[in-house]
Amino acid sequence: MTSIGTGYDLSASTYSPDGRIFQVEYANKAVENSGTAIGLRVKDGIVLAVEKLVHSKLLVPEANRRIQTVDRHIGLATAGLLADGRQLANRARDESLNYRDSFRQPVPLKYLADRLGLYTQVYTLYSSVRPFGISTIVGGIDESGSSLYVIEPSGVFFGYHGAAVGKGRQLAKTEMEKLKLSELTTRQAVMEAARIIYLVHDDAKEKDFELEMSWIGDETNGLHLPVPKDLFDEAEKAAKAALETFE
Amino acid sequence: MDHFPTNWGRPRNDAFDAYGTYPLAQRPYNGPKDTFEAGVQRTQQPIVTGTSVLALKYKDGIMMAADNLASYGSLARFKDIQRLHPVGNNTVIGAGGDMSDFQYIQSLLDSLMIEEFTAQDGHSLGPAELHEYLAQVMYGRRSKINPLWNSLIVGGFKDGKRFLSYVDLLGTTYSASTLATGYGAYIAQPLLRKAVEGYEDVLTEEQAEKIMTECLKVLFYRDARSLNKYQIATITTKGVNLSESRSLDTTWSFAEGIRGYGAQTQ
Amino acid sequence: MPDMVSLSRAASGQPSQFKTPYSENGGTILAVAGSRFCVVAGDTRRTDGYSQTRYAPKVFRLTDKAVLAVNGFSADGNMFVNKVRQQLEWYRHGHARDMPLHEIARLMQTMLYARRFFPYYVSNILSGIEEDGSGAVYTFDSVGSYERDTCRVAGAAQSFMQPYLDNQDDWYTRPSVHYKNQRSTHSSSRPTQLPLSSVLSLVMDSFVNASERHVEVGDGLEIYVVLAKGSSLQGLEKLTGAQEVTATSDGERVFTVRRSLRRD
Repeated sequence: MTSIGTGYDLSASTYSPDGRIFQVEYANKAVENSGTAIGLRVKDGIVLAVEKLVHSKLLVPEANRRIQTVDRHIGLATAGLLADGRQLANRARDESLNYRDSFRQPVPLKYLADRLGLYTQVYTLYSSVRPFGISTIVGGIDESGSSLYVIEPSGVFFGYHGAAVGKGRQLAKTEMEKLKLSELTTRQAVMEAARIIYLVHDDAKEKDFELEMSWIGDETNGLHLPVPKDLFDEAEKAAKAALETFE
Repeated sequence: MDHFPTNWGRPRNDAFDAYGTYPLAQRPYNGPKDTFEAGVQRTQQPIVTGTSVLALKYKDGIMMAADNLASYGSLARFKDIQRLHPVGNNTVIGAGGDMSDFQYIQSLLDSLMIEEFTAQDGHSLGPAELHEYLAQVMYGRRSKINPLWNSLIVGGFKDGKRFLSYVDLLGTTYSASTLATGYGAYIAQPLLRKAVEGYEDVLTEEQAEKIMTECLKVLFYRDARSLNKYQIATITTKGVNLSESRSLDTTWSFAEGIRGYGAQTQ
Repeated sequence: MPDMVSLSRAASGQPSQFKTPYSENGGTILAVAGSRFCVVAGDTRRTDGYSQTRYAPKVFRLTDKAVLAVNGFSADGNMFVNKVRQQLEWYRHGHARDMPLHEIARLMQTMLYARRFFPYYVSNILSGIEEDGSGAVYTFDSVGSYERDTCRVAGAAQSFMQPYLDNQDDWYTRPSVHYKNQRSTHSSSRPTQLPLSSVLSLVMDSFVNASERHVEVGDGLEIYVVLAKGSSLQGLEKLTGAQEVTATSDGERVFTVRRSLRRD
């Protein structure tokens, strides 16, 4: 870390001489330390999956969820600081409600991602605040079909067919590239998502983890819902089996 | 600076007003003012209105009925208005009174249901909770002397229990095994009571529907603000079912045969 | 039916206006204090002009030693009961006991007077057992004036029932509730307070009579009986339909009794 000690990394309102904002880059480090989150945009919907690292056996199972619901038709998965994820989800809910009150329609994904991008970016401008330590995957269905966006700590956002953030993103991306996402059904995508999360989990380095999955699509009537237990168990079982045969 | 010399007061006259106290100078007010001060009005009367809503308990749950008319005074203005509105999977709200206020209530409930949905905590609002919420909203608005001009019936079925309750623009609430708002409270309620009280647990859906259509017919003939096009909603273990619009088998042809008043005296 | 009236007026081209935020929902409530018990009763009819519903309770158990009956504008009544209950819950959290009856009475005065210029359109009768074990009735006007009493009626049939209880003609066979200002023409061996069983039948009779003559009274009668600590059941065990609704083990016991009244 060449930036340390130079004095250019103490504030989000200070550029380094070569035009970088170190506070934003540090925020990205916070994301890289987090368990992986992925999102798949497939033929008939969206699947979100998260590798939630469990740092204590004393925690209640399924507590501290990292996949949240923004609106009936929108889900949001974060990698990075959990509390920052909650804050952003609350903001997303406000934006969504605001849009509904103004236009009497569900918020379009692109509009929501734009607003969240602006909101995130504002936290890169002032010395009095720190940037969000999260990368956020927002997925959902609107009148233009399904879409998937990732918003980064800098405030930039891009649309994706398959998105991965957090520790295992590189391997996850490689795996997703092998899939024909536009031909997959959400049901198949759930299986793939579980497999990928199990695959990218580094057993040697990491403690326990919990798989978290949700989907939006024809199967759920356009609602963002947790993957039902039977399918979840099936996917988890298949994922474990696939690990044995991998490599 | 006041540029109107007449407002500056007049010279003092020692003869009759030594201290210049009369008239007290009226200075114009040039400060900020609310242009719409006189224009701000609260709801004082309903504009586009719906008439009766009927509801009853029967063996499998709750049945509700309302016609599709929204009147503008005595004008039958909108003939394809929905006055029964499902909220979630266990509740239907039926409304008489001002239709724009009702549509506002619908959007309130929509926001509320989304807020609860996003919590993803395994709970959902049922008819009892929604009725309580509406009662608080209606009472709150009447207390601001800015009422939502409706009579609402909340019907539902959740956790094996039937729910049927009423709330109106004053925030008054009550429940019973048959309910009717507006003109229906006078004309249909006695018919409903006669047909339903004591039989809540034996009436079948067919029987209940027959009672409803009979009441709607009577209302159509007697209530000048009603229509023979209506919808029926049931809320049972299977959830909410809201019918398509249907027509009542009604006729006015017998009117030609009536003698004794009007143009035909013989 | 305010909506109904306004709808028909609007329909006839006459602008109807939101003239009043109140309505009057009929019915009658009554409370009698015995030496070591109290009885609170109310009919369950709720009227709105000429419309009525059959079961809308007006009598509410607040604690095991306090019962509140509300009469007037039912929306205000329900809201007021909710607010009192909330205060009592907070009191319980703060003091680990139920608020004593006379304190509830003072609290209600404060709450009612707080709305002096937009009153709760409600006649309240609070009744229960005091800390000394005596039965008590507190009666309020809508803006909080109150006094302790032994027998009080409020609501539609007040003018029928209050004199009936204050001064019964039936002197020779049955003493009046509390001998108000009456010269004793009889032997002084009569009890200074009626026994519970007499009060109950008096209450039931009063409501039956009121429902005969008043259109806004009827459908059902709901009676709450509160017994002081250590009292015997005094015949309650034999009364058909008497049901215990005591919630704590403080000693006071609360019972409900329901009777049907004329439904027409």
